[in-house]
Amino acid sequence: MLEPLLCDLSVPGRVGFRFPEPDVPLAEIPENLVRQNLPLPELYEVDVVRHFTRLSQLNHSIDTGFYPLGSCTMKYNPKLNEETARLPGFAHLHPMQPIETVQGSLALMYELQEWLKEIGGFAGVTLQPAAGAQGELTGILLIRAYFEARGETQRVKILVPDSAHGTNPATSAMSGMHVIELKSDDRGNVDLQALKAECDETLAGLMLTNPNTLGLFDENVEEVIRMVHEAGGLVYGDGANMNALLGIVRPGDLGFDVLHYNLHKTFSTPHGGGGPGSGPVGVAAHLVDFLPAPVVTILEAGDEGMELPPLYGLESPPKSIGRVKSFHGHFGMMVRAYTYMRVYGKEGLRKVSEYAVLNANYLLARLRAHYHVPYDRVCMHEFVAEGRWPDAPDIHALDISKRLMDYGFHPPTNYFPLIVHESLMIEPTETESKQVLDEFAEAMIKIASEAHSEPELLKNAPQITPVGRLDEVKAAKELVLCCAVGAYNR
Amino acid sequence: MYLPHTDAERKAMLATIGAERLEDLFQDVPAKYRFPELNLPQALTEMEAMGELQDLAWANESTHDLICFLGAGAYNHYIPAAVDAILRRGEFLTAYTPYQPEISQGTLRAIFDYQSLITSLTGMDVSNASHYDGATAAAEAISLAYANFRGKRTKVILSPNLHPHYRQTIHTYNHGSPLEITGEQLDISAGPEALIPMIDENTALVIVQYPDFFGRIYDYTALVEAAHAMGALVSIAVNPLALGMLKTPGEFGADIVTGEGQPLGIPLSFGGPYLGIFATRLEYVRKMAGRLVGETVDNRGQRAYVLTLTAREQHIRREKATSNICTNQGLIALASAVYLSLLGKYGLRQVSEICYHKAHYAAQQITKLKGFELWNQAPFYHEFVVRCPETVKDINAYLLEYGILGGYDLGQAYPQLENHMLLTVTEMNSREEIDLLVETLAEVSNA
Repeated sequence: MLEPLLCDLSVPGRVGFRFPEPDVPLAEIPENLVRQNLPLPELYEVDVVRHFTRLSQLNHSIDTGFYPLGSCTMKYNPKLNEETARLPGFAHLHPMQPIETVQGSLALMYELQEWLKEIGGFAGVTLQPAAGAQGELTGILLIRAYFEARGETQRVKILVPDSAHGTNPATSAMSGMHVIELKSDDRGNVDLQALKAECDETLAGLMLTNPNTLGLFDENVEEVIRMVHEAGGLVYGDGANMNALLGIVRPGDLGFDVLHYNLHKTFSTPHGGGGPGSGPVGVAAHLVDFLPAPVVTILEAGDEGMELPPLYGLESPPKSIGRVKSFHGHFGMMVRAYTYMRVYGKEGLRKVSEYAVLNANYLLARLRAHYHVPYDRVCMHEFVAEGRWPDAPDIHALDISKRLMDYGFHPPTNYFPLIVHESLMIEPTETESKQVLDEFAEAMIKIASEAHSEPELLKNAPQITPVGRLDEVKAAKELVLCCAVGAYNR
Repeated sequence: MYLPHTDAERKAMLATIGAERLEDLFQDVPAKYRFPELNLPQALTEMEAMGELQDLAWANESTHDLICFLGAGAYNHYIPAAVDAILRRGEFLTAYTPYQPEISQGTLRAIFDYQSLITSLTGMDVSNASHYDGATAAAEAISLAYANFRGKRTKVILSPNLHPHYRQTIHTYNHGSPLEITGEQLDISAGPEALIPMIDENTALVIVQYPDFFGRIYDYTALVEAAHAMGALVSIAVNPLALGMLKTPGEFGADIVTGEGQPLGIPLSFGGPYLGIFATRLEYVRKMAGRLVGETVDNRGQRAYVLTLTAREQHIRREKATSNICTNQGLIALASAVYLSLLGKYGLRQVSEICYHKAHYAAQQITKLKGFELWNQAPFYHEFVVRCPETVKDINAYLLEYGILGGYDLGQAYPQLENHMLLTVTEMNSREEIDLLVETLAEVSNA
């Protein structure tokens, strides 16, 4: 019997938490505005702690095992970061406090802006976006604002390669831009002919993920960027794959005009079961004035001789696109990312990318003989294999993924990128040891063999997980999205 | 350290790959830009890094060092110990979006619990798995309404009493869109009835806040009826903690409820990460953005949970998706679910009422002072506006000398409210602290 839901556990009359009784006279409450029924659970603390602890045990996580989910950079999330983010001076700071009382936090944000500028090769950074997708939105709004300011409002076309993450076209559409898909060539690069055909006076920009979602560094990246710039467009970098580039190359040096970082991928802040993320955006000099408000600046310079620190403050850039969320962004994630960068330092950050790339190429080398790799060249931090064989026609990538669970591994990303059939997108990250990679490779090789000899093992997988394969059609047809109202207080 | 490779292992791995050196793996990177010298600090050990971070944290004066009467959209509440104990579990903390339901039932069931708690709290039919924060959730309500009318209704009415950050975010999201966003020019002292004459047959959505930015609580039933009479939708941005005692937006007939979930067990953390609540009626579920967990069965006949209605989302629909949102605020939604289940039926009402009583005591005491006057006409929840005899900046500077974090300076966002302060009182403020605030303000008033 799996752990039930909260609504199944509630016992009328049980109390989980008490506050001190009010120490002030009671005020009159306007009866017409008071709710009669508050249908929430009635549990005590042991119920609650056991419930959520048991739920947690139904999850696969980085802390419990290998998680090679491509494009998600599931690296180890250091425990130190969790401690620093919870320091009372950070965790209990109100976002609207007078700046004199928050100088430590502003100093941290300022330094983080500086370091992200340095790593990406950019002139300005905003820390405000809440996640990668919001960073993308910010980036596209910046591009649009730039062209509006120049009076080039006919530039409404955004090119998105067919290998791109689904957020790229969704973001462009959300910003009111026209999305044109660009095909990839047979080496996985942007097809230069296709690009050339779109380079006209309506071009606003290109959204480029580099390394791309095949895990490949675009061999023509300089040419691609030059063509877009010559047509008057700007180049947006999807920084989802920055884990391959720390200290390896700075996107700003290559000519990218905008790029979002994912603090929850590259800089180790925990994924938390789907968030919170954090998606700072770096920009070249010509876009700095358009950054969202506020950015952290130095209001008064410090004096090192006098041991006087600078006075930090918040400022709105002169042509700002405005605010993209409340307050100053996901500060708690910034503390974690700052801590991470501080521990690695400049040499360490280059090692992060070098070993991420080493691990991916090692797995690629071990699996190449057993799985078809359609774009087979030296990869960056991830690679894409096909989960199908001509002589095992009933087996799909999904079956391989489910079978991996029986071996204790989280599967790779399935069915993405869309340009590879039955794709398995594998990103090991730098924090995995050779032993773990070898165990994973052995399991993958064994599954390739099972696919031919005992395909039912794959079809019936997973067997050892808390639940088996789910009826997803039923979930979508007979929508049950919450416990019935009043279910807590039967 | 977090890197495992020994020299011997690195060599063995490179040999398997067929490369000599790590550098050889980066031949595709243009040589002239390869391996830049980064101007970044040197590495620190864990002990040193902790020391540096502690120094930065100590350079702040937090709400643990000061007596806090500041709110304006982010609130100082007590967080029960069990909440963080659950959040620290690596199985929740270090998992990602539950794409593989067989090994993600923990996250999926926790989200389903969250969706159930939010629908109960708001009186709505469905809740998504959360948005980034109160501001972005309010902005996504517009996308829902716009899609609902297939772009044929182009007017959105924003109450001027909606949080300024929410309004600013809405403008950023909708810059250059065909929508006409109006209403903010109305008199802020008027009640919701002032919005009614603006609603017409081109109106897609009316957005109000509850309690509003100034802490006032209104019955929105008449507004909702007027909007529905014109075929328009109404979205109400809530403080979920206030719903521990107040009538639900569902009872007013609201179509969408958004809100800032931070009061539900989320630390202030200098503004984030917080929690965007988004709930609606069943009929709008397919127009709603964001992740959604549904119930189903597995092939062993067990009840099980899975991400559902994914056809609305970016990874399937690409440029035709309801939104570009990819993540939710997973861990923060979990925090609020633990908080709501622990406080439950009794605790949430208790804390909600304590905030109400304490705020009213404070308001009563402050308005006895010469030169201070209560601006609110309508009933209020745990925030209220006081007209001050001096600039808010000066008063707050004086309060800070006594270790008191004063209220929000309303003149920043509303020029007509110069010298008006928005004060917030929660269960964290003892009567002694409130009395100290009043005494200190009395010194300003007598000066």
